[in-house]
Amino acid sequence: MSYFSDIYNGVKTLLTGMSVTGKYFFNARKEIITQQFPDNRATLKMFDRFRGEVVMPHDENNEHRCTGCQKCELACPNGTIEIIWDRVVDEETGKKIKVIDKHIYHLSMCTMCGLCIEACPTDAIKWSQNFSNSSYDRTQLTKVLNKPGSKIMPGVKDKE
Amino acid sequence: MTTTIETNTFKSEEYFINMGPQHPATHGVLRLLLTIDGEIIKNVEPDLGYIHRSIEKMCERDSYQQIVHLTDRMDYLSSHINNEAVCLTVENALGLEIPERVKVIRTILAELTRLASHQLWWGVMGMDVGALTTYFYGFRDRELINDIFEETCGARLTMNYNIPGGLMFDIHPNFVKRTKDFIAHFKTKLPEYDTLLTGNVIFQKRTQGVGILTKEDAISFGTTGPVARASGFSCDIRKHHPYSAYDRVQFNEAISTVGDTFTRYQMRIQEMWESISIIDQLIDNIPDGDFKVATNAVIKLPKGEFYQKVETARGELGVFIVSDGKKSPYRMKFRSPGFSNLSALKKMAVGSKLGDLVAIMATLDIVVPDIDR
Amino acid sequence: MNLPLSITKNIHDWLFELMSAPIAAVVEMVLIAVAFLGFFALAGLLLVYMERRIAAFFQLRLGPNRVGPQGLFQTIADALKLVSKELVVIDKADKFLYNLAPYFVIVASLMALSVLPFSQEFHAFDINIGVFFLLAVSSIGVIGILLGGWASNNKYALIGAMRSGLQTISYELSVGLSILTIVLLAGSLQISEIIAVQQKGGWFIIQGHIPAFIAFMIFMIAGTAETNRAPFDLVEAESELGAGFHTEYSGMKFAYFFLAEFINMFIIAAIGTILFFGGWLSPFGITESIPLLGVMWFMLKVLGLVFLMMWFRWTFPRLRVDQLLTLEWKYLLPINLFNIVFMAVIVWLGLTINF
Repeated sequence: MSYFSDIYNGVKTLLTGMSVTGKYFFNARKEIITQQFPDNRATLKMFDRFRGEVVMPHDENNEHRCTGCQKCELACPNGTIEIIWDRVVDEETGKKIKVIDKHIYHLSMCTMCGLCIEACPTDAIKWSQNFSNSSYDRTQLTKVLNKPGSKIMPGVKDKE
Repeated sequence: MTTTIETNTFKSEEYFINMGPQHPATHGVLRLLLTIDGEIIKNVEPDLGYIHRSIEKMCERDSYQQIVHLTDRMDYLSSHINNEAVCLTVENALGLEIPERVKVIRTILAELTRLASHQLWWGVMGMDVGALTTYFYGFRDRELINDIFEETCGARLTMNYNIPGGLMFDIHPNFVKRTKDFIAHFKTKLPEYDTLLTGNVIFQKRTQGVGILTKEDAISFGTTGPVARASGFSCDIRKHHPYSAYDRVQFNEAISTVGDTFTRYQMRIQEMWESISIIDQLIDNIPDGDFKVATNAVIKLPKGEFYQKVETARGELGVFIVSDGKKSPYRMKFRSPGFSNLSALKKMAVGSKLGDLVAIMATLDIVVPDIDR
Repeated sequence: MNLPLSITKNIHDWLFELMSAPIAAVVEMVLIAVAFLGFFALAGLLLVYMERRIAAFFQLRLGPNRVGPQGLFQTIADALKLVSKELVVIDKADKFLYNLAPYFVIVASLMALSVLPFSQEFHAFDINIGVFFLLAVSSIGVIGILLGGWASNNKYALIGAMRSGLQTISYELSVGLSILTIVLLAGSLQISEIIAVQQKGGWFIIQGHIPAFIAFMIFMIAGTAETNRAPFDLVEAESELGAGFHTEYSGMKFAYFFLAEFINMFIIAAIGTILFFGGWLSPFGITESIPLLGVMWFMLKVLGLVFLMMWFRWTFPRLRVDQLLTLEWKYLLPINLFNIVFMAVIVWLGLTINF
């Protein structure tokens, strides 16, 4: 007798399974979860904490907040950040201070761990919400974060 | 004399197949050396090392803050729990007092990670036994968890949100609402997992009585997590050695004594219900307070050996640090759950069919980068 | 003698007026062959598109929707891609059998296609053993699969081919017996005759009520197994064997296997339609006066059954080899044998439902 109840139960479970998928099929218009990516590129917004790539914000006077303290370079596990710096004489105080020449960021090596941004004492670098950063040429992935001719914002001091 | 003639005439010949390193069922670059007689498996030898990246050696070079982000890349499906394990080890070694808020948030995130991992596993389990549609249903629900992670941590998979001393930044204002929405949604979807796959007669026939692991074997192979609990070995670290906020929540350890593939499947489904209940208990009472305690910019552990174990989605992850007082560990060792669980594969699979091997592998829930590290 | 070639009487008569009988016969055959090749390619591509789109809706996806309106030309683009791809030559493969295998598969499904009635008198080849011919021819395809798996010098392909062999040998029985149940009702093997009986007394699934329904369920299960589709796709079980018997095939040779699988599905659904749902007959005879609409009804019913098979595929897990045999020999076959006797008793006592 269990032979027939096996058949009955088997068919019943199969039909319940089909009802689940069938429900989704006949409501497919509502249930579809995929997005058509390149079409919605313009409207697609990432969350504001999304880790796209590291950028250095500049204000309208082409000034950034990086003092060249190299804490981000030390914090980075992969050697993604390289800072080329120089010492110049500060006109006001007459002391020698550090000034960045180039803040180089190798996006190709970055693991998006966020330690550099945590380490930065002056909030000079932050995450941008860029996505799809791929490129055909890997040299394009090596970026200089400070814009040419930019200088440090007045008043931003390295905490000694 | 006659017998030898007979055996020669009807000799069945064993043959050898490489399953992997490129094979859909090995979930990555695992290679299984199979000896097969027809469809019946005579021997299985896992061959590892195709994705070995020497994470343990790299840890000896990095500072303790930097080590955390490497553990994302071990068991990438429970990356948050891996991070937590390293942070807990470092914090215990330093004797830091961690704020309650951090503990609760870590626990919620860890349970969300477990849910996300099990959802993916459920999808892949269905796919391995041939029901491709489960994969998409699993991913549909997993995406919502990934959104929660992305909003709060900034990344979907390799979060690196824990730092020694707390969290990198506070949770997003939307975190609580989004998590509650997800839990409400998932409570309606999880029964569907049962009607679609668990109850299915073909699935039950495929998994029941297949790949049985006895309790003795489970213990002697060092299996942990759902694999061991299905065999009756109570080994939930959250229960036996509570860390973070697990000592203040009520939950049951999913445990059974059958030890076959279907039981391992059920263990994970039950764990999903338990995770939901844990999140339910914590999400409304996240205490106020700091999200981290200040540590030195360069963390130096005292000389000595430190060990901490946590329960990842796959089982017991142990972090062992030998410190000589410098800024990076002298030796770092991860006891990964996948490696021990995989070692029991031979015991389970020999004598079963080729199709069974795939189902057994699916319920081991291996993540190859976790095995190779 | 039955009219072997009565696709459209006008073309037939016109051709025979135009030239001498032997030449006209040859020309007619060529025309029919071309028509069927065209239908084969078109229906195959359309079914592949349908499968992908339906699978997508089951899986909360959109499916192909970029090439052409609603992605209709996607499969044509794929076919062009496959034509342009390299045909990989396998070292130490049995070259002759390796190259022969796809043609076996494709010829088998083309031959089976030739006896399908699309509408009244819209029939390429109406022999008096139509159903038997269909059964016989549709099982030739498995030789192609066996050859392909064996000749490509790959152990995964070999396992797939062997599974295919045992699967077809077992399920052929169930398909045959469930068809036999209906032949008891129809009293003929000729397809046009079978449909004529249904025109008089209602579709067989209603006429034969309980045993016909059981036979239909068995036929659908066994038919799905015949076409090597999920949940019986052990032959290509991608999570176990990679791609199964066609692991080593590339380009157009792979496309032959792929198209043939879909055409076989069409053929199984068509047999189901002819035997259980009255072929090209319209429900309640509403459009009986317009024979051309029969094509539409036939295609609608076939696509309905094809959809059912796709529904199976995207819901169920795959069976294991031994369970496949258990299902056949311990469940389907005994039920089937019992069902034939049941049907015979019903026909004998005249308990069929006739309108």
